[in-house]
Amino acid sequence: MRSAELTKRNFKEVWRDPISLALTIGLPVLMLVVLQALKNADDFFSPSSLAPGVAVFGFVMLMFSAAMSLSRDRESSLFSRLLTTPLKPSEFATGYSLPYLPVAIIQAIVIFAIAAVFGLEISGSAVLVAFILLVCAVMFIALGMIIGSLFTQNQVPFVYMVILLLAIFGGAWVDVESIGGVFKTVGDWFPFAHALSAARDVMSTGAGFSDVSGDLSWLVGYTVIIVGFALIAFRRKMVE
Amino acid sequence: MTSAAEVSTAISASALTKHYDDFVAVDGIDLEVERGELFALLGPNGAGKTTTIKMLCCLLRPTAGTASVMGHDVSTDPLGVKSVIALSPQETAIAEHVSAWDNLSLMAGSHGIDKATAKARSGELLEMMGLVDRADERVKKYSGGMKRRLSIAMALVTEPQVLFLDEPTLGLDPQSRRAIWSYIEELKGETTILLTTHYLEEADALADRIEIIDEAKIVALGTPDELKGSISDGQVTVVEAAGMTADAIEALRQTYPEVKATATGVEIEGSVVNLYDIQDVLRPRGIVVESSYQKQVTLDDVFLELTGKQLRE
Repeated sequence: MRSAELTKRNFKEVWRDPISLALTIGLPVLMLVVLQALKNADDFFSPSSLAPGVAVFGFVMLMFSAAMSLSRDRESSLFSRLLTTPLKPSEFATGYSLPYLPVAIIQAIVIFAIAAVFGLEISGSAVLVAFILLVCAVMFIALGMIIGSLFTQNQVPFVYMVILLLAIFGGAWVDVESIGGVFKTVGDWFPFAHALSAARDVMSTGAGFSDVSGDLSWLVGYTVIIVGFALIAFRRKMVE
Repeated sequence: MTSAAEVSTAISASALTKHYDDFVAVDGIDLEVERGELFALLGPNGAGKTTTIKMLCCLLRPTAGTASVMGHDVSTDPLGVKSVIALSPQETAIAEHVSAWDNLSLMAGSHGIDKATAKARSGELLEMMGLVDRADERVKKYSGGMKRRLSIAMALVTEPQVLFLDEPTLGLDPQSRRAIWSYIEELKGETTILLTTHYLEEADALADRIEIIDEAKIVALGTPDELKGSISDGQVTVVEAAGMTADAIEALRQTYPEVKATATGVEIEGSVVNLYDIQDVLRPRGIVVESSYQKQVTLDDVFLELTGKQLRE
């Protein structure tokens, strides 16, 4: 597979940047610990409700990291050189996105392990929760690829802020259900609300696959579209 | 598409043009490079050399004109082009946080070369480039010269049929530059090489043929000797005389229309110059000839002749 060496190189680049890695995994953990320390009787701050939101926060950070890395690489002469090889857009996309998947999995495991210390309980299928989070991770990494392909390093932080706001509207760390109104309406247009709703329903109420299939359709549908756009973005950037 | 075995012309371009809005970066250039030839595009910074290479490597879409590499059209068959070429870009193009081995594997893998072949070729190149002792280190610790040698090795590891070297020795010390020249010399005949440079000496020493490019247009084409021979008999007579005046030069021009003022006196094209005639013009004006000698025409002289500008290293 021609993209294997590119994947390997990018994997090493990701794992040899310890500060970025520590922030990507450490900040969500810190957030979880702080929110647990501040929690009151509110159900929203229970570990079962909070863990998926914090995992999404971690994925948003990973998206930022992936976007910055790709944007920086794109402006390098190494990237120009790689563009003169027979690598196809899909192989480029694989080579740049795959190295972030293990980071996302470790993030989620660490967050859920710490949430377990605070009393996390999963009423439903843990496999279903893992599947939802995996699709979510793929979606955010693909978003990172789109952002990194289309925006410069100076522009990436602003786009990151927009995605972060949309994730907040999706109910990542605020109880949008109780706020309602325009926040909820806007949040429901995007996949973040549906991913969180599905994960929380499985964890808190023991909902099964068929119960969350509506939310899952939103999430998977958006993920397919975003991955498709990521491929188009790579293709467009291959010849100026 | 023509098969690679059938083509004798490795690179062909016709009226190749690149515009950026109103700015013309490359203005309808023609190019024919034979297989195994080392062809140099010589010109000052901003002349359009890199833009030409980028179009030939399918990194930039031409605004007009056509081009093909080993029979593969750059516009309609970019994957075909990319499967037979390698580019060593102007900047050192390496991955800094991995080893030299990893960098070479990256390029070989991207061309679909199997691991065993990649490893064998990488080992040879690391040896040839004098990098074998530090091949396992992260390359960010390398000196500028080592990075550049690795960057060139990355272009060679795929054993391309056509190699594009964009200013391969830019900013290197003379020793490293000569080392890279010797690597390039070794490839001559086997690999078709398109070299861009603004170093006259480099083009003169390495190239089979040179195309001089200035302000986006081709201004001359030929072997180094043909280009130099295009100025009189390939010789220039240098006359060193302090206090040269415009009046004196004008008077010399009556006999030698091609006379040019220099910092130390004048230069006259050709080796057939009568020094007595020159002294007869200068002495009445109080100008004493200190020395005179003949030198070979350089590509700089050719460039000056063709463009009215000097192309200094």
